[in-house]
Amino acid sequence: MRTICFYFQVHQPFRLKPYRFFDIGEDHHYWDDFSNKSIMRKVAQKCYLPMNALLLELIYKYNGAFKVSFSMSGVFLDQMQAYAPDVLESFQKLVATGNVELLDETYGHSLVTLKSKEAFKTTVTKHTKKIQELFNGYTPKIFRNTELIYSDEIGAMIADMGYEATLTEGAKHILGWKSPNYMYVNSINPNLKVLLKNFQLSDDIAFRFGNKTWADYPLTTDKFVKWISAVPAEEEVINLFMDYETFGEHQWAETGIFEFMRYLPEAVLSQTNFKFSTPSEVVANAKAVGKIHVPIPISWADEERDLTAWLGNDLQDEAFEKLYEMESLVKNCDDPEINRDWNYLQTSDHFYYMCTKFFSDGDIHSYFSPYNSPYDAFINYMNVLSDFKLRLKQQAKQKEAKA
Amino acid sequence: MFGWEFPPHISGGLGTACYGLVKGMVHHNQEVIFVVPKLWGDEEPMVDFVNASDITIDYKERKFKSIWKNLTYLEVSSFLVPYLGPEQYQKFTDYAIHDRTDVDESIFSSKYEFSGKYGKNLMEEVSRYAITGAQIARDRSDFDIIHAHDWLSFPAGIAAKEISGKPLVAHVHATEYDRSGESVNQPVYDIERAGMHAADHICAVSQLTKNTIIRKYGVPAHKVSVLHNAVLDATIIKSTYNKMVPEKIVTFLGRITFQKGPEYFVEAAKKVLNRDPNVRFVMAGSGDLLNRMIDRVAELRMADKFHFTGFLKGDDVDHMYAISDVYVMPSVSEPFGISPLEAVRHNTPVIISKQSGVAEVLDNAIKVDFWDIDAMADATFALLHYEGISRMFKELGTEELKKLKWEHVAAKLVTIYEKILATKS
Repeated sequence: MRTICFYFQVHQPFRLKPYRFFDIGEDHHYWDDFSNKSIMRKVAQKCYLPMNALLLELIYKYNGAFKVSFSMSGVFLDQMQAYAPDVLESFQKLVATGNVELLDETYGHSLVTLKSKEAFKTTVTKHTKKIQELFNGYTPKIFRNTELIYSDEIGAMIADMGYEATLTEGAKHILGWKSPNYMYVNSINPNLKVLLKNFQLSDDIAFRFGNKTWADYPLTTDKFVKWISAVPAEEEVINLFMDYETFGEHQWAETGIFEFMRYLPEAVLSQTNFKFSTPSEVVANAKAVGKIHVPIPISWADEERDLTAWLGNDLQDEAFEKLYEMESLVKNCDDPEINRDWNYLQTSDHFYYMCTKFFSDGDIHSYFSPYNSPYDAFINYMNVLSDFKLRLKQQAKQKEAKA
Repeated sequence: MFGWEFPPHISGGLGTACYGLVKGMVHHNQEVIFVVPKLWGDEEPMVDFVNASDITIDYKERKFKSIWKNLTYLEVSSFLVPYLGPEQYQKFTDYAIHDRTDVDESIFSSKYEFSGKYGKNLMEEVSRYAITGAQIARDRSDFDIIHAHDWLSFPAGIAAKEISGKPLVAHVHATEYDRSGESVNQPVYDIERAGMHAADHICAVSQLTKNTIIRKYGVPAHKVSVLHNAVLDATIIKSTYNKMVPEKIVTFLGRITFQKGPEYFVEAAKKVLNRDPNVRFVMAGSGDLLNRMIDRVAELRMADKFHFTGFLKGDDVDHMYAISDVYVMPSVSEPFGISPLEAVRHNTPVIISKQSGVAEVLDNAIKVDFWDIDAMADATFALLHYEGISRMFKELGTEELKKLKWEHVAAKLVTIYEKILATKS
């Protein structure tokens, strides 16, 4: 069986409002409601609504032969409920077809797997519950960690939670001569299957599609089908993993990305021996060929495919350390607002904004950042964190007083 | 008097000092003609203000042409402009690269609209201001002495002296060495030096500045008088603003530049936090070293206790002083430094560097060498923990402020004027 597995990451962070030193201790609302709402609405119009409609149309048209999978972060789900109930409804319709698989992840789209197993479990359970609540009891069986971050140990942790499989990047430096187009297993706990992203073909769609300086521009369905046909016959699974916002937001409608997707199933099903599968179907049908060793965490970000987009410079490390120093305080706190903010503050995007890697180039990091500089991002985040800590301490004191 | 800015439209301490001095002079019934490049119309009508932008220049005057000739060297498309932040600098260089063609066109048109700021075509404005100074000196005879504040108005002072033959006092609020360390901006230095040497007498805002003038500008000591700055209002400010954090607050407030020594504050903060984590440090202001300071704070892993506010204005400045438990000014080189006095007005104990002019007049403050971060940390810790010393500072600070009034400064200036006029005649 040869198959294509589409997986889309759907995520929007809760962006912080400009939070000043004078606000510490006084203002406990950290979120930029206006910009969060307007961004959600903008992306809904450009991407979520038209793309969901297209996927639904394709699923009906091919009578179940076309399938996709999503992982939606908890912070996205919350914003969708608050600002875009129409988008929620369209996702619910998609899931109801039975041809769309949902994956689990951390509620806050966080980097918690690098820090604490206990906090990891709590946040994943919260996410599962949220999915069940919004999608008629749907329970994900496969786990997708934030930005495809993965290592042997993270894999073992995921296996301990009872998941069958996980997704990660088919990074060159971990694969070596091996191909991403097979199913592998975790090297510590072989019960956990690992699906690897074919970054060449995925990024052809996600990053290069609208790039007019790219030698293969324009990318047509015929061309793409020719490429997948050229994959050696014994290689079974092509994992196309990408941001859902690719469609209409990163690649604008004018690039023809929607037309590309509209005709892709037709071309694949008629011209090749590939089918479409969800990750669960791949796991059920494909044979694992061996262990994949990832001693040091990888991700799908940047050329390095490592963690340096979020962690590594002093700003990021300091913020990350100070955030998780509060874990034990949060654990003993049952205030719903504090727990909500705790999840929102962990979102990896806050650390992404502090990245200084591409300082000179002015690149995608700055495109996605609401701040002028990584320093602004850092100051704002630390101010918020200071207030959050004060609230935690106050709560702890009140609790003590009661007891 | 030739100044460059006047409240309420100021961007530095120069305008504030001019305001205080003028107020003091009025108190002593001195008639002051105060010239600024641009008047905004909302200045307090305390003296005879002259708006340089309104002055019509008689371009046929031959003397002016020779003055202008001496000034044209300033027009060299200079990128070296003091007081500019990085963004302004970017704008300025863009301007300098793209728009310099217009420089000569309007030189002898009759009026010139000054911006009165510190950016863009600063050197051009300084030169234009000099011509205007000459015109005013020719038009009016109702003055006895010319007083020029800082290098920006020195060429105007020199020109006015050349036209009128009346004595010139050069008032030095800051020198290029204070602004740029050892890497001085040569055109600015040249103007400062020319102004000091053309002057009949020099006023320096501190002994520290006087020493710089003598050492670096080759001026004989007897030609320089120390005229310390003062506070506009010596009353204690009772702020109703409450701080919302339980920790004590230690504050640095000023431009985050080499001159102000922000890095010593950061290092001292770490030492204090090692001993007592229940303190918050605040660095308020902006400047070219800001990002480096943020990096260092993150590297020292104390960003949850060390905050940056960015540039503060208006009420926020008062609030910042009000909620501070200790105010630190670790300046590497500060000709005077008025901000510690503002802190004292808010009943906040201060630590100041020995390398600041204000250290010469303020007794109730802890004085440390700017580089001595151990002493700075010790002093901070002491002021935070030993009630006695900070209480004493608060009580005595009030008394001390009363000595630092602009009336006293103006009285001293009047005697300086009298001496100059006596030797002239």
